[in-house]
Amino acid sequence: MRNIFAVAGVVIKELYRRKDFYVLFIVTILICLIMASINIYNDANIVRYVKEISLDLIWLCSLVIAVTTTARQIPAERENRTLLPLLAKPLTRMELIVGKFLGCWLACGLALLCFYIFFGALAASREHHWPLLNYLQAGAMHWFMLGVVVAMALLGSLVFAAPSSNSTICFVIIGGILFVGRHLDQQALSLAEPFRSVVLALYFAIPHLEFYDMRDLVVHNWPLVGWTYIALALLYAFFYMLVFLIGACLVFRRKAVN
Amino acid sequence: MSIILKTEKLRVEYRSRELHQATKVALQGLDLEVGTGEVFGFLGPNGAGKTTMMNVLLGFVPPTSGAAYLFGIDVRQPIARQRIGYLPELTYYYKFLTAEELLRFYAKIFGLSRAVTSRRIPELLKLVELESAARRPIKSYSKGMQQRVGLAQALINNPDLLILDEPTSGLDPLGRMKVREIIQRLKHEGKTVFFSSHEMGEVESVCDRVAIIHQGELKAIGPVAEITGAHANLEKAFLEIVGYQMQPAL
Repeated sequence: MRNIFAVAGVVIKELYRRKDFYVLFIVTILICLIMASINIYNDANIVRYVKEISLDLIWLCSLVIAVTTTARQIPAERENRTLLPLLAKPLTRMELIVGKFLGCWLACGLALLCFYIFFGALAASREHHWPLLNYLQAGAMHWFMLGVVVAMALLGSLVFAAPSSNSTICFVIIGGILFVGRHLDQQALSLAEPFRSVVLALYFAIPHLEFYDMRDLVVHNWPLVGWTYIALALLYAFFYMLVFLIGACLVFRRKAVN
Repeated sequence: MSIILKTEKLRVEYRSRELHQATKVALQGLDLEVGTGEVFGFLGPNGAGKTTMMNVLLGFVPPTSGAAYLFGIDVRQPIARQRIGYLPELTYYYKFLTAEELLRFYAKIFGLSRAVTSRRIPELLKLVELESAARRPIKSYSKGMQQRVGLAQALINNPDLLILDEPTSGLDPLGRMKVREIIQRLKHEGKTVFFSSHEMGEVESVCDRVAIIHQGELKAIGPVAEITGAHANLEKAFLEIVGYQMQPAL
């Protein structure tokens, strides 16, 4: 565990010493503040739209941070040859992969915390109340969804050599799952065999990231979701993280480092 | 003198991914033994298999057949790397870290305690003359400074065996002298140094024994004086061993 945390620490340092996060954070803040300052039609309910657009931006930025940060980790280590002195130490390849995953996931968590604190402050300034537990549920689900994304991008970074191609493929897959994933079972019913079985198998195989989208809960101040459902969803995310990480360790075990 | 590094009939083949391309044999049946406290030079022309040998010792490349041991432990076990220090040929480190942070990171991987780390880092920074630049990011360092950070990281765990892959390549004369001094100092401390180099003068001045490989085969091994033999210097002996034919002057 010591080695895993050491590697994770370096990944987190890298994130906050690069400009990517700050640029995304500042752009999000600016857009949200400008939107929040405009009073359209004197409509009190306009705050919902502000909240919705802010959360959309937070989702987009967090996905960009998660995918781009993770996709470059191992390729950059190989390209810059930092992998050589690192693996010449008593560090296993599995520890390196898990450390990279943990670092990226924790870094995403920190970024998410900044975004949600800003969002909470913005929403509270207009609504004058702060549903902390709603934010906690939405934030935790969002973070676990990012965990699946990070693990998937890490596996992709070992399969596709170029970070840009890995990032593009990850974004296509994530977009596909978020927008189409939930409808695959219904689509399957309208197809003939063997396509029906293939699409159904795909429906059950993909990680359903849309389960973790709790934006409406926050935007409309809906009542809390049962904690049992939250726990089950987190377990489901853990399962996919584990699957992707095992895949990454197996691929990396045989990969040449130089 | 106990054996610290040993290879037995070590063979490494690189299979080509393209059709009709022959398998490349990088090392063939290499038997080598290096004892405690030796400074051992590993020589060979470009493409002879020196870096492959180092990659096997560090567990980067698995042997096709044969075996390699460090401190009697198979090199494929990560624990075999607990007591070694390694300096790659071209040193690149996390550019967003400072030298101090980099050394602290590697110290953590070796499991050094905070007290030992806090004592060791200033010592090493002083040794490689980087005290004044310790808190500057590595991206602002010159090539020579980066090489010295590399040396410091290779020594962080106070290793019993130091593996250096062309440690002076690309360094100015001052940098080379500094590296030589450090190797001599380690020798006096009873450490084992295994290094590859193209600088024959350097090898002659610091090594106890040398091995010369060519096309993956061990061509000669022994004390420097024995290898040099009747030749004027090690370079001449080396050229003869690898079969270089002197061209008549125009």
